[in-house]
Parts: sequence; C-alpha cells; structure tokens
Amino acid sequence: MLKFLIKRALLSLITLGILSIIVFLGGQLLPGDVGRAVLGPLADARAVAVFDHQLGLDRPLIVQYWDWICHFVSGDMGNSFTYRAPVAPFVADALVNSLKLASLAFVLVVPLGIAGGVWAAQRVGRWSDRGLVLLGQSLGVVPEFISSIVLILVFGVWLRWLPMSADWPEGAGAFTQIRYLILPALPLVLVFFGYIARVARIGTIEALDADYTRTAILKGLPMGLVMRRHVLRNALLPTITVTASLAGYLAGGLVVIETLFHYRGIGALIYTAAKAKDFPMLEAGVLTVGAVYAIASVLADLLSAALNPRIGAVSA
Amino acid sequence: MSVVSERLRAAAHSATLITGLAILTFWIVCALFGSAMTPFDPYADNLLSTLASPSTAHWFGTDQLGRDILSRVIMGARDILIVAPLATLLGTVLGTALGLCIGYLRGALDDVVSRVIEAIQALPLIIVALMALAAVGTSNATVVLVIGFVFTPLIARTVRAAVLIERDQDYVAAARLRGDGRLTIMFVEILPNVLPLALVEMTVRLGYAIFFVASLSFLGFGIQPPSADWGIAIAENYSLIGSYWWTVLFDAAATASLVIGVNLVTDGLKSVVDA
Repeated sequence: MLKFLIKRALLSLITLGILSIIVFLGGQLLPGDVGRAVLGPLADARAVAVFDHQLGLDRPLIVQYWDWICHFVSGDMGNSFTYRAPVAPFVADALVNSLKLASLAFVLVVPLGIAGGVWAAQRVGRWSDRGLVLLGQSLGVVPEFISSIVLILVFGVWLRWLPMSADWPEGAGAFTQIRYLILPALPLVLVFFGYIARVARIGTIEALDADYTRTAILKGLPMGLVMRRHVLRNALLPTITVTASLAGYLAGGLVVIETLFHYRGIGALIYTAAKAKDFPMLEAGVLTVGAVYAIASVLADLLSAALNPRIGAVSA
Repeated sequence: MSVVSERLRAAAHSATLITGLAILTFWIVCALFGSAMTPFDPYADNLLSTLASPSTAHWFGTDQLGRDILSRVIMGARDILIVAPLATLLGTVLGTALGLCIGYLRGALDDVVSRVIEAIQALPLIIVALMALAAVGTSNATVVLVIGFVFTPLIARTVRAAVLIERDQDYVAAARLRGDGRLTIMFVEILPNVLPLALVEMTVRLGYAIFFVASLSFLGFGIQPPSADWGIAIAENYSLIGSYWWTVLFDAAATASLVIGVNLVTDGLKSVVDA
C-alpha cells in the first residue's frame, strides 16, 4: 500500500518535471519577443535588448530553465512582466479563489451526479434512463461559455435570482460569497453532471448484476441495506477516480468561466497572462494547474485504495 | 457485403445518428451556401437600426452595428466548420503515424513519448492551446496547427494501444518472416487494421475540436473578426446581455446545436460500429 503510494507519487513528480520543461519551452522557444510585446511596437530596438537582458532572456535556454525551476520550487516564481512584481502572490490568491469556486461546484455536482446515475441505473433501458443519459451527455459537450450565457440569461436577467458577476462587494461574508459564486459554479455542474452520472450509472448497473449482490438479496437482506453496503460501495469506486480526473479538466473550464464572470481565479490569471504575453505569470499559472492535477490524481488513488474493500481488508 | 448492408440498416434505425446527421447537415449547408441564404448582408453595418429587437424584418434582431443577426448566425457556421475539421484531420494523421511508430517500435522512443503524452494530459487542452497561441500568435492557420498538435498525442495513445495488440498477431509475424521492412509492416500491414479505430477516434475528436475552436474564439484566441463566428459574436455582445439578449442567445443556441449534433453522430456511429 505504502509502496504503491510512493511509486505513484514519484511518477507524478516525473510527469510534473516533464511538464515544467514543456511549459518552459512553450514560453521561451516559440517566437514571441517578450521585450517587444511588453514595450510595444514603437519601442527602440536597443531598449528591447536591454529589457531582455535585465530579465536574463539572452542566456542559454538550459541555464534559464534550471534557474527558473530552482526558484520555482522554492516558491519564487519570478516577476510578472506586466506588473513588474513577484508572480507568486498573484498565483496564490488566484488559486484560493479558484478552489472556492471549484469546491462549490463539486459540492453541488458530486451528490447530484451520483444520485442521477444510481437513479438511472435502477431504471435501465426505460425512457427516464435514456433521457437522463442523453441529457447528461449533451450538457457535457456544450462549451462552458454557452451554458454560462444561457444561465446568466435565465437566472440573472430574466428571473433576477442571482448576481450576474462573481465580483462580490468588499468584505462580503461567506454566505454572500457563495451566493455570488452559485451562477459561475452552475456551468461546471452542468458539464460534470453527465460524466459523474454516467460512471455512477455503469458502476451501479455492474454492482446490481454482480453475484455478491444476488447473494445479499437471496440471504434476505433488506434492499436498502443491500444498496448501501454492497451496491453503492462498489459503484462509487470508479466515480471517485473520474471525479478526480475532472479536477484536472476543471481548470480548462475555469479559464472561460472566470473570464466571463469577472472572477480573479487561476483560469482568469492564465487568460490575462496569455493575452498580455506575460510569460512568467503564464508559466507559473499553468504549472500550478499541473501540480494541482497531479495532487488530485494521487489523492484519488489514495481514496480509491482506502475505499476498495479488498485493499482495505489487507491493511486492516 | 452483408455486414456492410446490415450496418447501414442499423444506421438508418438509429434515431441518435439520424438526428445528429440532420443537425450537422443543416450547418454544413449553411457553411457552404450561407452567402446565398442570408436575408441581409451579414457584414453590412446599418447604424440607423442598431440593437433592434427581433421583428418580422430581422427575425433574430440586429447587433451593435445594426448587422442582421440571423444572417450572421447562418454565416457563422463557415469558419468553425473549416477550422475544426482541418485540425481534427491533422491530429488524426499525425497521431495515427506517431501511435504506429511508438506502438510497433517500442523501446526508449515509446517510453519517452508516452511520458511526454502523460505530462501534456496533466493540463487541460484549452490551457495548452492558450499558451501555444500566445507564443505563436493567432490566425486560422495557427489554430488548426495548435489544435492538431494538441490532439496528436491523444490519438497516438489510442492507436498505440491498438497497435500493441496487433503487433503480436500472426500476420505481423508472417510479414516479418517474409522480410518486410518496418515501415511496410507498420503502414501496409498494421495500419488498415487500426484505421477503423482511428476514424472513430477522429469523430470523437471533431466534437472536441468544435468545442475548443468555439471557446478559443470566444476568448479572442481563435477565429478572428470580422468573421461572423458565433464565439466572437458572444464575446462582443455579452456585456449587453442585460438588455439585449438576442445579441447572444441565437449564437449560443447555434453553437450548442452544432456541438450536440456532432456528438449525436459520434454516439450513433459508435453504436452502429459496435452492433
């Protein structure tokens, strides 16, 4: 168990290392002159060269990479080109904001998705089952900015139930913040609902069909107990794994949603940095997203191992 | 032959496939013949009737510049239906070639490429695309290239898995004994057997490609103005959403219908192929 975890964590580290190289190369190797981009097209060529030199952009790539990654790991993510200030505090703030939004989305969607999947599994092949599957699938493929627009129109403009932007007033309490975050969280809920429901549905169908479930029913256990103890426990394993993989995908959706709702999260940070060609900020943001994904997937393995009755029995 | 006709019959009975094809065909017709179908010139300003609500003259209303939204929604299908399929095709061709190579040759190449693929998958595609487009600049061509390259490892991974099974089959051993070269074995013997899988993967990717192109255009990193693209229209008008809902709703509905249509086709195809 411990060996498995260490191996898993090491693999994640290797992945992150490769990712950092890709991110670094993406930011440096491709033709996009930073000095030119920051100082504008009218700037003097010498000024551009001096600017590049100040930032160390004229050194060999491998030196730049080593320098960058060593500082990065120790928490010094470099200086933003646009703000001329350290990147790290921006990234930290943005990450906290995004985690708030993401947590709200997951708190809403995980129970909904599981309930939907289990509900559909108990009606396999009927219209209600097929309808739910089709609905989930269709919602899952619609881009977030489209569902956001429709949700804003319905709940923000027509019904006037929820604020249309996530920009809450200064010093707002937790409750107000949640109120402002519901609308931005809903597009994520819509996208993820189908994925979670689909996996929960298949898991439940398989578990309902399994021998141990039949045995449990035949030995006279009440159906509620069979569902809880035998069906759900097995059905939820794959659901947890898929939920964690969604945590990585989530950041992609956040780029669009945070931009649309004027929310200062990591997605909006990456977007703004990409617009301004602020590569230190962009690299820090992207690598942070990668790290969050790596942590989430290790956690998912951990959770799934803890919940797996077989592994649990061994370690107990 | 009977297998084919059986599958065609199954296809004709698949409500999902038919619905999806109908939606997709509608937008392809708009993309091809849009300029002949629009009631107004989609690019013509009319500053005397800006932001007019839907009426009998302008069914979908007009935008900030007085352009007819119905005409722009019809024309908006064109660029996305050029860029997304081209990107998908590029990704499929490169991904299939890469998957064949690493799956058949194995060794250090496979290890390295597989690790890199894993690393890229740790990032949401839209973020990879944003980074690349920020570096190389945005145009229809770079969007095609970037999405194509981003898809390459994903398709390669699927193809690689299939190649791993094929390479142990007798016909591959026979070809090797005959003295066929590696390239011949990969592209003449194995390729035809993994091609159906690659094609199914391609239709799946097409759905994603449309998703990405739309999202990137909305973010300003995809198709560029003055195209009548739906994502651009929504980006330009969503600040007006409070008072002028028609400037975004129809473009949103068009995008949603196209993505859902493509995914219905994919699902239908999968169930027909699996049947």
